[in-house]
Amino acid sequence: MALDVVLWGVLTLFATGAAAVAGARRGSTSTFVYAVALVVSMVALCMAVWTLLVDPAATPTVSLPIGLPWLGAHFRLDALAAAFLVVVNLGGATASLYGLGYGRHEEEAGRVLPFFPAFLGGMNLVVLADDAFTFLMAWEFMSLTSWALVMAHHRQPGNARAGYIYLLMASLGTLSLLLAFGLLAGPAGSYTFDAIRNTQLSTTVATAVLALTLLGAGSKAGLVPLHVWLPLAHPAAPSHVSALMSGVMTKVAVYGFVRIAFDLMGPPTWWSGGVVLLFGGASAVLGVLHALMEHDLKRLLAYHTVENIGIIFIGLGLGLAFAANDMRGAAALATTAALFHVFNHSVFKSLLFFGSGAVLRSTGERDMERLGGLIHRMPYTAFAFLIGSAAISALPPFNGFVSEWLTFQAILLSPQLPQWVLKFLVPAIGGLLALSAALAAACFVKAFGITFLGRARTSLAQDARETDRLSLGAMFVLVVLCLVAGVLPAYFIDALAPVVQGLVGAQMPRQSAFAWLTIVPIAESRSSYNGLLLFVLIAVAASLAAYVIHRWASHASRRSAPWDCGFPDASAATQYTAGSFAQPIRRVFGSVVFRAREEIDMPQPGDSRPARLHVHLHDLLWDTLYAPVAKAVGITADVLNRVQFLTIRGYLTLVSGALVALLVILAVWQ
Amino acid sequence: MAVILDILVQLGQLLLVLLLAPLLTGYVRKIKAHLLRRRGPDLIQPYRDLHKLLRKEVVLADNASWVFRTAPYLIFATTWVAAALVPTFATGLVFSPAADLIAIVALLGSARFMLALAGLDVGTSFGGIGSSREMMIASLAEPALLMIAFTLSLLAGSTQLSSVATYMAGPAVGLRVSLAMALVGLVMVAIAENARIPVDNPATHLELTMVHEAMILEYSGRHLAVIEAAASLKLLLYLSIIGCVFAPWGVAVAGEGFAAYAASLPAYVIKLAAGGFLLAVFETVIAKMRVFRVSEFLGAALMLALLAALLLFVSRGT
Repeated sequence: MALDVVLWGVLTLFATGAAAVAGARRGSTSTFVYAVALVVSMVALCMAVWTLLVDPAATPTVSLPIGLPWLGAHFRLDALAAAFLVVVNLGGATASLYGLGYGRHEEEAGRVLPFFPAFLGGMNLVVLADDAFTFLMAWEFMSLTSWALVMAHHRQPGNARAGYIYLLMASLGTLSLLLAFGLLAGPAGSYTFDAIRNTQLSTTVATAVLALTLLGAGSKAGLVPLHVWLPLAHPAAPSHVSALMSGVMTKVAVYGFVRIAFDLMGPPTWWSGGVVLLFGGASAVLGVLHALMEHDLKRLLAYHTVENIGIIFIGLGLGLAFAANDMRGAAALATTAALFHVFNHSVFKSLLFFGSGAVLRSTGERDMERLGGLIHRMPYTAFAFLIGSAAISALPPFNGFVSEWLTFQAILLSPQLPQWVLKFLVPAIGGLLALSAALAAACFVKAFGITFLGRARTSLAQDARETDRLSLGAMFVLVVLCLVAGVLPAYFIDALAPVVQGLVGAQMPRQSAFAWLTIVPIAESRSSYNGLLLFVLIAVAASLAAYVIHRWASHASRRSAPWDCGFPDASAATQYTAGSFAQPIRRVFGSVVFRAREEIDMPQPGDSRPARLHVHLHDLLWDTLYAPVAKAVGITADVLNRVQFLTIRGYLTLVSGALVALLVILAVWQ
Repeated sequence: MAVILDILVQLGQLLLVLLLAPLLTGYVRKIKAHLLRRRGPDLIQPYRDLHKLLRKEVVLADNASWVFRTAPYLIFATTWVAAALVPTFATGLVFSPAADLIAIVALLGSARFMLALAGLDVGTSFGGIGSSREMMIASLAEPALLMIAFTLSLLAGSTQLSSVATYMAGPAVGLRVSLAMALVGLVMVAIAENARIPVDNPATHLELTMVHEAMILEYSGRHLAVIEAAASLKLLLYLSIIGCVFAPWGVAVAGEGFAAYAASLPAYVIKLAAGGFLLAVFETVIAKMRVFRVSEFLGAALMLALLAALLLFVSRGT
């Protein structure tokens, strides 16, 4: 039943997208499209939650006579699919609600409205697909519709390039997945997932499949070094679509990886866990360091997605490593941590993109250096963004901390792993994870502090106005979820239990059974955490302190000019900027990671031009991996370009030469 | 009845840390003054300061937002809760399962997050300099602290401070290289986190070197009092952690009754006094370093902690 309802919903979304093409010029179309998307997402969300909580064992299947004639299209709703369906449709519902308000002011409505529901539908289909063909079709459909949304504002500088790189990387990813499924299906070519599950893979094939899956799903998820398109493409789209791409589409990519690596490939090998851990650790640290150097609010958030994907993959890698060594309990803990972080990240990343969208709409500015002081003009958006920032920085009592805490607990179980490589690797990855958590806090102090606090740096920020109620509603739904998942994590972990059971064959102890809703991953004497108690204690202690002081000591206050050590300066330009805030961290980490160089341009005495500080950063991954490829393609194209302008004699020579060469090869071959 | 008694003991610890913290700050100041052959202020001077500040009116900068006004209470509350969850005179108190060492580190992170935001709120250059440097210091100190937590939990088989303290007091623990490295790392982190010399100087308003003081420059009156109390609590918290892990003697176990508490309380106070004395001596004999040397100092702490954890990862298990 649930599966049928969701499939009908997807059909409705596609129909709405088609209808939006016809009515794109009318003003009411926007409301219609987002309202339909909201209703469909809510229904699908309810179905997914119901499946996950009430009936996770039933795995309804549907096969439709579309697609390849001898295969058809297969769909299946198991616990794993249901969990990701929750993420997709929660993101879809809040983005639609946000779009109801935000999308009304869209200038290029005709370029957004048809693709938005289609994109949502595509993501739903990827999660439900039960054969390789349907999966790849849905995956490519999701890529292309999101590409169209990235290109919605194609005349803005940089967006065309972003779309181009995205299209290239998406094609590369789909190609890799196509090859991976080809290898998985084997020579018999059985493309249903059931048949693939029953196929035994040789070690060589398994290695190739894992590499191709990491390339395919990893490039879509934004795993370093395949992340280059992500910070370009995600910010280019309208903000609610950015939220969907960063918060949800990357999770669909994680789903693709989990489906193949945990479910279809059969028993994992320990080194596959090690490889995934390595990519995860690199993504976590490089993502956050890039984010710290970034002054564009939306691009900063996009780089942070890279970091969080890294954290998710660290959990998944640990899960694979533990499962390969038959340490079921530990594998369940690591996988639960990863899946919980999938949910958490989708919540707070959507929230933060919504906030940045509100800022963008009311100021027209994404550059933090030109914002500031928005907390006075946009108090509700500021509050929501603050909660999102605290959650993503893994601060208790919010949700981001719980999943990172669970990941740390899984890392602490790894000395029992028998492989020496993992014994050395895992603590190093733990160090990287700790580093990325601390840097994330620094990054969000910067993002929130420079954008919302301080004084307005330009008149744009000075004249900002609070965003509309529907957008705020979408943000506050997510704010509540950040807190609820943080203080009552036990219920979320229990909801994930059937998923983890299906993936690694074990689950964490039932958390809601422990006293006072404390979460206990392994044993009470080992580790425990109680977000609810911490939240209540902090709230009580803060209110008590405030009450006692205001009641018995003093509650008088007065406004005055800032003190600033006696030298207050009226100019807002004397504040710390995003660049100056990040400067100490750039000095400590950037000189190695980015080969950061500072250049001081000091005019001669008598010269009236201002002094300047230039900072040069290098993206070493781009320089070493992508630039040579792009250069080689360019050179080849230049060489081949000459072939276009030959004389008729030249062409005849070329054609006959090619013919002779082919005949010679054929003769030699025979 | 037993539960009520447990909760009462827990509340007793909440009050104890709150009341002891300013005394500890005053004591460290007194020792430092003596070492410089000054007489120094009274031991109870910090209480007088707090009392004075609490009764004064607050002068808010013109564009200070609600973040600036709520941050002090939140900073105070998080630090207080964290300090109350660390075993002081007794382990296994009723709230201690709420947060293990990792969660306590993260709670302090929450407090720092609010403080750094408060520093940016008014929009002055000094607030910014403080926040920016504080986050740079934290970006190294926090991972170091987490790696130390890893080391301890690998040894004791638990991230719960109570279990760690019980293990460290037991016979199973011997002299270990990892432990020594963890202790050195922890002391270095504690110095940096509490804004002590050589990383920061709590007694200066010299513009180019201050970190903590720069962030709270705009605070006055009761807000400043609450932040100062939080800073004292943080110092007490770090000394308590070092005490309960590396000097776990004379700690009572919850439920042993008031006779045991009566014996363990003086032991705790003696440990704090010894820690404070060593801190004062260390601060007196060393010079403040440049801000960009701090990264080397903390980088060394991080490396020590990482090595300690790595050694254990490799030597544990089969």
